[in-house]
Amino acid sequence: MTQPIANCPNCGAKTVFRWSSSVQTVCQFCKSILVRTDVDLKKVGQVAELPPDNSPLQVNTEGRYGNQAFVVVGRILYEYDQGGWNEWHVMMNDGTSAWLSDAQSEYALSRSSKSQSLPTLAMVHVGQQFSWSNQRYTVSVITPAHYRGVEGELPFQYWDKTDVTFVDLRTESGKFATLDYSDPEPVLYLGEFVEFDDLKLKNLRSFEGWA
Amino acid sequence: MSTGAPPLSGTPKPQAKALNCPKCGAAITLRSFGQAETVVCGSCHAILDAQDPNLAILQQFEAATGEVKPQIPLGTRGKLRGTDYEVIGFQRRSTKVEGITYYWQEYVLFNPYKGIRYLSEYHGHWNDISVCKTLPAVDSVLGGSSLTANYLGETYKHFQSAEANTDFVLGEFPWQVRVGELAEVTDFVHPPRVLSSEKLRNEVTWSIGEYMYGREVWDAFKLPGVPPEAMGVYENQPSPATTKVSGVWVAFAAFAVFLLALMAGFEMRAKKEPVLHETYQYSRAESKSEPSFVTDVFELTGHPSTVEVKTYAPVSNHWIYLNYALINQDTGQAWDFGREVSYYSGYDSDGSWSEGKQNDAVVVPRVPPGHYYLRIEPEADPALPGIPYTVEVNRDVPVFGIYGIAFLALLVPAVIMSLRAYTFEWSRWSESDHPPMNVANLASSSGDDE
Repeated sequence: MTQPIANCPNCGAKTVFRWSSSVQTVCQFCKSILVRTDVDLKKVGQVAELPPDNSPLQVNTEGRYGNQAFVVVGRILYEYDQGGWNEWHVMMNDGTSAWLSDAQSEYALSRSSKSQSLPTLAMVHVGQQFSWSNQRYTVSVITPAHYRGVEGELPFQYWDKTDVTFVDLRTESGKFATLDYSDPEPVLYLGEFVEFDDLKLKNLRSFEGWA
Repeated sequence: MSTGAPPLSGTPKPQAKALNCPKCGAAITLRSFGQAETVVCGSCHAILDAQDPNLAILQQFEAATGEVKPQIPLGTRGKLRGTDYEVIGFQRRSTKVEGITYYWQEYVLFNPYKGIRYLSEYHGHWNDISVCKTLPAVDSVLGGSSLTANYLGETYKHFQSAEANTDFVLGEFPWQVRVGELAEVTDFVHPPRVLSSEKLRNEVTWSIGEYMYGREVWDAFKLPGVPPEAMGVYENQPSPATTKVSGVWVAFAAFAVFLLALMAGFEMRAKKEPVLHETYQYSRAESKSEPSFVTDVFELTGHPSTVEVKTYAPVSNHWIYLNYALINQDTGQAWDFGREVSYYSGYDSDGSWSEGKQNDAVVVPRVPPGHYYLRIEPEADPALPGIPYTVEVNRDVPVFGIYGIAFLALLVPAVIMSLRAYTFEWSRWSESDHPPMNVANLASSSGDDE
């Protein structure tokens, strides 16, 4: 792998971008949020230590999706009134990136989808149905959340956001969709639920008392 | 990596947390590394906020019926579907149907990688339950309730809808558990699976369960002693007969076809070769002086085979009895047998009736080739002065009686197994919202076995 290397403008530590399209990363050492510009890295903020969480995944966890290998390069930790969940930013070995969400050990892999017209948040309600890519999706839950922290590399700048709303949709065949209303223009992510065992994950965290 | 892997983000290895109950000070272990929403103190029954570092008290409950002891103690680990799970929570639930309260138990199981699963137990019947990742499709509402649900290509039949109360809790729960809170539970079954929807505070959760026998649970968690015996038939209990019944009928059909083919084969192969056809006259007067006579000699050729002796007499409200002996002229070997031909008919208050036939046939098995004759000694109704009768002998005729016996021998167990499956389904559905009304109902319920 050839990766652009730069030094953290805050502490001088080496910063590695494993995914060429990453826009933002967090310095492993001083937790500065670094945004890539044409010439160097710019510190745009600082993240607090992430709260302890229970995900078995971590940055550098490797796995497989179908016949593609991937590695976790970053994450966003969200919080909502029932707890928290992680969106792990994964880099596939074909150079594309995807999101592996882990909500209380329920895993779903999705990618952003350039879609037609998307509904505005005010138009969406639970039970409503939408069709994308010849698949009928039903709105299962609308979740107001706020971002709790970021880690590693992300494909966009995500340091100045606070409250976001997600609309989750499901199908009768294990497919999954999320409408992300963090930006004025909604973004659609399409994907599917995946089984933990099928991901063949390596380099997971270990839990005290569990092999 | 060329620059050396950056250190892992430095978060400490998650450990089970030991805390104290803010109400009574008893030790509380948090086993789910933060996945639990609520935890219940085992000594004072305070329901605490597991997400709060200070374990804020959310509810205090009195166990109305005293302490309920889980059959699998909290903290026990076992292997389910190849994965280790630890029991972290326990609740007893109840529902009231026609004034009777039914209780069942639910266990929360946890694995830090695989997440949460559940076990439920009702009168010795267990279910291994997980939350559905795929949305079941419920058929259009008919008369207020859905009759079937489709999940992953399988059709589940509505079994019952009930209001489930939580009346005792212990340990950790991944949702906001409260004692006394009612949930609307609807079960759809496709044995050995059960698809359930649970509606709590306007949120619907679907789960899929698979039936487990007590001994499987005992093995999985290495529990001492023996599991309590299962009582009755449970909603998604696999029928001990169902899977086999269809197999038995398939085997039966295959064997019946085989028998028919065999019969047809023998029927075609049988030569049915006539060797004697004579008509004699019985006369009472003559038979006194000469009770028996012999027929002409006929030849049986080929392999040892069956010999059929047919008798016809135009009797009407009389009988004639013939003592036969089939005798081998060369060796003197003889087969003795007696045949009666009788036919009675008349009228009575119920109308006309008849009994007997004017024909008779008998088969002598495995007669070797050679020259034979019949010795015949006729007797008849004393009221009958005389009557003609015809004797016909055929060689190599097919015999079907044995096939009938084989057929019955196969039919009986198939019927018994079907009846057992039927009564099992009857017991199952009589506990549901749709007790069986008639045979057709039930047949369609048990008809879609795999």
